[in-house]
Amino acid sequence: MTGVRWLALLPVVGILIGVAFVNQVEPLIFGMPLVLAWIVGWVVVGSALMAIVYALDPVNSQPESGHEGGQR
Amino acid sequence: MNAALVVIALTALMALALGLAARRGLRMSLEQWTVAERAFGGPFVFLLTAGEIYTTFTFLGGSGYAYGKGAPAYYILAYGTLAYILSYWLLPPIWRFAKQERVISQSHFFAKKYDSPWLGVLAALVGVVALVPYLVLQLKGLGIIVSVASYGSISSDLAVWLGAATVTIYVMISGVHGTAWNAVVKDILILAIVVFLGIYLPLHYYGGYAEMFHAIDAAKPGFLAFKPSGESVLWFQSTVALTALGFYMWPHSFGAALTSRHERTFRRNAVILPLYQLILLFVFFCGFAAILKVPGLTGGDIDLSLFKLAIQTFDPWFVGVIGAAGVLTALVPGSMILLSAATLLANDVLRALRPELAEDKVTLTARGLVPVVALVAVYFTLQGGQTIVALLLMGYAFVTQLFPALICSLMARNPMTKQGAAAGIVIGVAAVAYITLTHSSFVSLLPFLPAQANDVNVGFAALALNVLATAAVSLATRRAVAPAASQPG
Repeated sequence: MTGVRWLALLPVVGILIGVAFVNQVEPLIFGMPLVLAWIVGWVVVGSALMAIVYALDPVNSQPESGHEGGQR
Repeated sequence: MNAALVVIALTALMALALGLAARRGLRMSLEQWTVAERAFGGPFVFLLTAGEIYTTFTFLGGSGYAYGKGAPAYYILAYGTLAYILSYWLLPPIWRFAKQERVISQSHFFAKKYDSPWLGVLAALVGVVALVPYLVLQLKGLGIIVSVASYGSISSDLAVWLGAATVTIYVMISGVHGTAWNAVVKDILILAIVVFLGIYLPLHYYGGYAEMFHAIDAAKPGFLAFKPSGESVLWFQSTVALTALGFYMWPHSFGAALTSRHERTFRRNAVILPLYQLILLFVFFCGFAAILKVPGLTGGDIDLSLFKLAIQTFDPWFVGVIGAAGVLTALVPGSMILLSAATLLANDVLRALRPELAEDKVTLTARGLVPVVALVAVYFTLQGGQTIVALLLMGYAFVTQLFPALICSLMARNPMTKQGAAAGIVIGVAAVAYITLTHSSFVSLLPFLPAQANDVNVGFAALALNVLATAAVSLATRRAVAPAASQPG
């Protein structure tokens, strides 16, 4: 898990830093201005990355109880 | 009364009926009334969490911002995703602590974590201050929908009063259960309508998305990308950071998170909810479609754009259906906000100051405060002036000031003292209030900064001051306590 959780940083960097480099209208991607399409892309990729994090996080494979996981 | 108004009125009545029906057979203790005794499963928490995002803010505010400002509206799509990613790690420890200590609200959480009732009161007051602009924007949205849908026969002021009365009645009667049932209806309706409009309007008026964006880019060059100054890339970055951190600092979002039965729900939601954000795209498309078709709306009127275009395009009955969805997007979150504000004042301010007060008295006070808070919001709504997005950003600037104190309290050894936390929150909130009320800029306060710094979101700049003050006061108070133990006289 420890390594995988860093995947979650990618959308943060992609959105907060990346937008500075794609701040233009052309070319339109799927009919949308480039900068808008870039953000949309990171929303989708962000969800996929969190699905990977969820699947590999051992906390989520333990039986669901009132106090799973304990203190970390 | 036209067809549009009939549909809207029936929807409001149905919302009230659902609120009443949800109440049946439940004993209303304060914990029942506010967090449904933490008994909701995944789907309901999903709807409550998702439901809060799809408020008037997104429906009218989001389309209005796309219409009036262009690219800056994109921030609305970005911040939720980052907030959900953060929630994967943020919400489970909050939920665990809340469950263990039977915490029912955010300020209760702060009071327990810092072992200071006063800090709880402070957090509650910040929450109430931030919730007022949020409630105001819901009422403003209601006013717009009802008055525009009545084709001018109902004034927007009267519509605000009607909406406020409806929210107040069903919150007083059924608490959070009313909200949950209406959230179900609302989410289905808004999803269908927004997707339909976002596809239909660009195709109908322009023949396609690429054609629409080319037309806008030709008519208003630079409108669809961030500007070099003002609402620039730097504005986007600081605004997204501020709102992502503040997302779960809202007392009502925090409260909704406490309604979950399992902590895993939060992690699962962190995977699914970002996709739900994509509805916002369709909202933007509506606003963009309106740019060349209903030109000329400026200032606070940009929020009318979606509705004006709908009226120009559809028959009254369908305008009524859109209006009904809009009314629900204001009523559902509005009721949650009203509930939070009233509970904060009764439970977290009044009871913290007078702990001997009986449970039933506090519950009664919370209910009694619902109409009072509603009236305050009506007052500010009728004052008017600001756009829906500006109102929400103001609320975010206030509420995010709680973030540093919250995140530190989750650490194994909290580096913050309660004095430090309080100092940071007070300074952060004061900075936001000063800059917003005096309309001054950051650079005029701190002239050594480059002019570009003016683009930084006010709330984000205040957050920096907050952290500095917190660190300084925490160090000082820790040192004041430490000598007794460590220094040899």
